[in-house]
Amino acid sequence: MSAILVITGVVLCMASGLPSLATRRASAATTVLIVAGGAIGLIGAVLGLIGGTAGLSLPWHIPGGALAIRVDALSAFFAAPVFLLAGAGGLYADRYWPAARMRAGYVRAFFGLMTGALALVMCAANTILFLAAWEIVAVSSFFLIATEHELAESRSAAWIYVTASHVATLALFAIVVLLHGFTHSWAFVPLAPGSGALPAGHALLCLAFIAFGIKAGLMPFHIWLPGAHAAAPSHVSAVMSGVGIKMGVYGLVRLLSLFDAVPSAFGTTLLLAGIASSILGVAFAIAQHDLKRLLAYHSIENIGIIVTGLGIGALAQTHGQPLLAVLGYAGALLHVWNHGLFKALLFLSAGAAIHSAHTREIDRMGGLGRRMPWTAAAFLIGAVAITGLPPLNGFVSEWLLYVAGFTSITCSPHGGPSLLLILVVPALALTGALALACFVKAFGTVFLGVPRSTAAADAREVPATMRAAMAPLILGCAAIGLVPALFGPLLGRAVHAAAPRLPMAATLTALLQPIQTSALIIAGIAIAAVLSLLALTRRAATALTWDCGYAAPTARMQYTASSTARGVVGLFGWAMRPVIHGPRPFTIFPFAAAFESHVPDTVLDRALLPVLRGARWVLGFARYFQHGRMQLYLLYLGVTLVALLAWSAR
Amino acid sequence: MPPIADSILILLLLTNFFILGTANIRSAIRGVALQGLLLGVLPFFVESQATVRLVLLVIATAAIKGAVIPGLLTKALRDVHIRHEVEPYLGFVPTLFLCAAGTALALLFADHLPLAAADRTGLFVPASLATLFSGFLGLTTRRKAISQVTGYLVLENGVYVFGLLLYQSMIVEVGVLLDLLVGIFVMGIVLNHIQREFSSLDTERLSRLRE
Repeated sequence: MSAILVITGVVLCMASGLPSLATRRASAATTVLIVAGGAIGLIGAVLGLIGGTAGLSLPWHIPGGALAIRVDALSAFFAAPVFLLAGAGGLYADRYWPAARMRAGYVRAFFGLMTGALALVMCAANTILFLAAWEIVAVSSFFLIATEHELAESRSAAWIYVTASHVATLALFAIVVLLHGFTHSWAFVPLAPGSGALPAGHALLCLAFIAFGIKAGLMPFHIWLPGAHAAAPSHVSAVMSGVGIKMGVYGLVRLLSLFDAVPSAFGTTLLLAGIASSILGVAFAIAQHDLKRLLAYHSIENIGIIVTGLGIGALAQTHGQPLLAVLGYAGALLHVWNHGLFKALLFLSAGAAIHSAHTREIDRMGGLGRRMPWTAAAFLIGAVAITGLPPLNGFVSEWLLYVAGFTSITCSPHGGPSLLLILVVPALALTGALALACFVKAFGTVFLGVPRSTAAADAREVPATMRAAMAPLILGCAAIGLVPALFGPLLGRAVHAAAPRLPMAATLTALLQPIQTSALIIAGIAIAAVLSLLALTRRAATALTWDCGYAAPTARMQYTASSTARGVVGLFGWAMRPVIHGPRPFTIFPFAAAFESHVPDTVLDRALLPVLRGARWVLGFARYFQHGRMQLYLLYLGVTLVALLAWSAR
Repeated sequence: MPPIADSILILLLLTNFFILGTANIRSAIRGVALQGLLLGVLPFFVESQATVRLVLLVIATAAIKGAVIPGLLTKALRDVHIRHEVEPYLGFVPTLFLCAAGTALALLFADHLPLAAADRTGLFVPASLATLFSGFLGLTTRRKAISQVTGYLVLENGVYVFGLLLYQSMIVEVGVLLDLLVGIFVMGIVLNHIQREFSSLDTERLSRLRE
């Protein structure tokens, strides 16, 4: 039953764009189709998570391929947010990218294709089908990133994305072939015990780190992510960031579930890459001036948190620490849901702000809270959730990882997994604090203060359907945050599917019970505080801010995105290398001057691009062989064929 | 394997030498036409009884390979107004030596191939390999696009001889013929366009297009 519902959802989503492609007037049909597809698929995924594993298989004329889907707890766990976000994004797009706007059919068609294929990736039981769906996602994402391809920025983001994506796919091809070598099957079959210690097993894990790391946007493979998420339409960014990058996480978890134990080095690599991603991701986020780029860097941070959890789980499993492993996997998986919910909420509300203020530049917004109260409230809820503050959902998953970090300290003296696990707690604390600083900056500059541009001053609240699309996400954030114990059994099933050979040392419901009580108390206090604050504000008198005696204050005399972030950017200057242009005033009456600061992506702009330019120069010598003489090209072909023949006849 | 088939294959090998050795494009095309006729009648001496299908196939092959395609090439040659000299990169004598060496190697090599016993007798496999090699020589050593087309046709004939080993699936060969016809049409059109754009059919002058 669940498999049929899921595949119906996939087909409805993928086909949803067709009416819009045919005629502009059919845009409502697209919205209905994708919302229905999302709802049906979500029901199927939830049924799959509650009930048992279900499968469905159709023949396919591809060697080794089968149209086989299998909805087990892990697939259902990853597919559920995909369907939720597909429906919410489709509803949002109805007014965000109305049918009258340029390329509306194009956006709707590729959005449907991407979300449907994304759900298919999560449920594919056959590796060839997995590859095919993976490529459909990649190609449709490319077209969505290039939606505004008249802008050079969008084009470059799309090309960087497609290059990174191709590298990932290449590694994935090798993974599929290696898996077939192990199991002699094109399905996802558990490997023989001890496979992780073989050389081919090592190769498999290295390739998985690259392929899934690129897709997930893990540092240092994140180069494609900030540009892509900034360039795509907001509802597309919401899906790409909320669930699209999770296909890398899913691949990693699915592969880990096939091994009985992976080498310690792999767990350690995951742990360190996760910690580096989370801290540097949020640090780069603080330095951004573009609201969507800022959110994109937060995706890198959250992927870092998820991968840290997976690293803890893998290390603990190898060293026979079931409680620690369950905590690590549970924290990581729950964060997959949580990040999907709050990041989509943030992208949708940021998209609403961008839609109304007609700019992505944080420094051209300001004062939107008074003009768009619903959007501001939604963004604030998302911000509280992403910074891991109680009583919302981000806190719950991070709390599980904190508990894992503390547990690792107590079991370290008895031959614990790794001393590196001690890093988890301080790293999470640092990440959380920096994220809080970042969202104080983002929320403060965008929604508080006074408008910095006329467009921001004329901003109006967005239509009801766009706000309605955010409602299920807010509900999800609140539900997981306030009654986490309710989700304990579901999470437990997913963890069991992710690590089938792991004894369930503790029930997650019992682990989640204590924070439920405290979350409810904190929520009560928070609501009371907000209500009393609102009551107080109503009585407050309006007056000018004390301006040190300066008689003509303007909107430009507010804290900007870069001035708020300056302190933190300075602290992380060793990694971020900020570029600052601006004269220092040196006379009593300085001349008119301009100040500008920006932070390029260290890996992309300072490491990868110079290396690639060098490579192009070196490879330029290969052009000697490309001289344009067809006869010699044919000779190359012939010589190669003869050499291959001689080699195979050897 | 009937001896007549082997005699035809030996004639085929001789035409290879003729095509590579002649200095005139028109006679090279005639050589290709002769090869086409030889290959066209070859199935008669392979099949034991003559069916209607076989007769039709023989007529079609001989007509297309022996008349239509060479006719098209001759017409192309007339239309593009070029000198009828072959202009090879490699002189005629070295080319012929290479062709002879290739034919000898093909004969030796065919003995070492893991073939079915029925295919071991007769000259089919070595003749096919030698023709393939001659076609390849023609493709790589000739300067003008039109003489590359003749090289391609010889190569294709080599493939055809190999295909004859699979008597039962002649239908595949009809498909090949169709492909070939389309290929020739495309090449003819391309040749004309090249001529019109660059007023030359010398592929060396096309090296500007390598980007």
